[in-house]
Amino acid sequence: MSEEREPVTRIITPVRVEYTYTPGIASERFLRGVREGKLLGAACDSCGRVYIPSRGACPRCASPTSEFRELSDKGTVITFCVVRVPAANIDVPLPYCTANILLDGADISFTGLIQGCPFEDVRIGMRVQAVWRPESEWGFGIGNIEHFTPIDEPDVPFAKLKEYS
Amino acid sequence: MAEHAAVIGIGQTDFDAKRLDVSQVGLIREAAERALADAELDWKDIDAVVVGKAPDMFEGVMMPELFLAEALGGVGKPMLRVHTAGSVGGSTAIVAANLVQSGVHERVLTVAYEKQSESNAMWALSIKMPFTPTMVAGAGGFFAPLIRGYMERSGAPEDTGIRVALKDRLNALKNPVAHIKLPDVTFEMIQNSPMLWDPVRYLETCPSSDGACALVIGSEKHARAASNPPAWIHATNMKTEPTMFAGRDQVMPRAGLECSAELYKKAGISDPRKEIDCAEIYVPFSWFEPMWMENLHFAPQNQGWKMTYEGATALDGDLPVNMSGGVLSTNAIGASGMVRFAEAAMQVRGQAGEHQIEGAKKALGHAYGGGSQYFSMWIVADQPLQ
Repeated sequence: MSEEREPVTRIITPVRVEYTYTPGIASERFLRGVREGKLLGAACDSCGRVYIPSRGACPRCASPTSEFRELSDKGTVITFCVVRVPAANIDVPLPYCTANILLDGADISFTGLIQGCPFEDVRIGMRVQAVWRPESEWGFGIGNIEHFTPIDEPDVPFAKLKEYS
Repeated sequence: MAEHAAVIGIGQTDFDAKRLDVSQVGLIREAAERALADAELDWKDIDAVVVGKAPDMFEGVMMPELFLAEALGGVGKPMLRVHTAGSVGGSTAIVAANLVQSGVHERVLTVAYEKQSESNAMWALSIKMPFTPTMVAGAGGFFAPLIRGYMERSGAPEDTGIRVALKDRLNALKNPVAHIKLPDVTFEMIQNSPMLWDPVRYLETCPSSDGACALVIGSEKHARAASNPPAWIHATNMKTEPTMFAGRDQVMPRAGLECSAELYKKAGISDPRKEIDCAEIYVPFSWFEPMWMENLHFAPQNQGWKMTYEGATALDGDLPVNMSGGVLSTNAIGASGMVRFAEAAMQVRGQAGEHQIEGAKKALGHAYGGGSQYFSMWIVADQPLQ
């Protein structure tokens, strides 16, 4: 043992977490729906706002979201960004565009990839539709939708979207 | 509020991307010792310790307050840990202030820190969730779309964010502990820096820093006995809302609007723009300056950008904002809220050196965190609240 060795100042200790996920009643209905290619929203018993996916209760009213209904896979871009920076857990090739998408009939947006047009053409109010993976690849997850792509419908004016931004 | 309380000691570490010369323990000790020295107190004079930091995964150490207790002089004393995401530095200071205002303790040491070089915050913020593909790339991936939403609704000129970044980066040159210092920074340099999360550029983004901030909060008796001027705490406030609910205004969160309105009421302020001399606020991406100017009721809705444009938020403006260089220049996440609160206190103590606003008597410290959902704020002044 030499006494001239450098002192140990840092060691690398990788972290790993494994867990069993229990989705709960509302999430399970959503996941079983998406397994069959259906997007199930759920309406709040008090205010009627439609959540997708619903966690079973409306955070505004603390009321259950009991009524499930199938939503369209068409929606509107509420806002978006073009990601040009890598992140450790993301395997989408750079650059890519993510958007907050409000599905028709929903009252809350969720994040989806936008493909099928140049980034310069993506805009707030743009109409998009889900592009699903082949049915043979469907599982229990929103990943069954590969991305959203623009459709030939007029933009929704921002004034109508502001409540969701 | 029962008792007066004041900041009687402030200590910040030097901030850097990697403080390899110290452990987490050494880092917080550096800030705490500087705060105690400023307060002219010793460890034995402290009644209780309040420590805060952002998610434990940022260093990969669960409940680090356990192994920090000794280094913070917490043995045999009450010690609390606070966690409210990015706002934690602010809420930690508020918990410490409450312990004095309630008359429970006379002198409380509070410390907030992050040592981001020990893990990877972007990884920790983009964890793989079950049944959901990961797409939101760190904090930037979450906040960039909100910034675009603000640009759309306000019609602000596209270079507003560049102007904020230039101001804050020039201010940082006057702050001896700031992490990122770009002596030759120009508008063009920021404009030409790479787009990371379009519309957010590299130089419009905060860094990852290692560092800590500490405060000693004292009761009126100890504030009056201190040889350095105290920063009297006029009001504190916190407010929270869920990350997601239908109809949530993510650009202009209601929790922030209400938090600041209540804060001003508690502090007896009716016209914040006129009555507050300077503000140190949490701006991790440059566009959040105009957004928070509106959320803090300094500007009407959709007009916050005009304050930046007109130079109102510059060091020589009518409401200087982020005199220290802000989060854009220094961001040890857990410490960042407390650094804002500390800067407000330094200003009213006349202790801010080259970035001192002459004659600052009343200042705002502000922090936010999570998905723009946790807010913590305080007003400090050179005299106790009447």
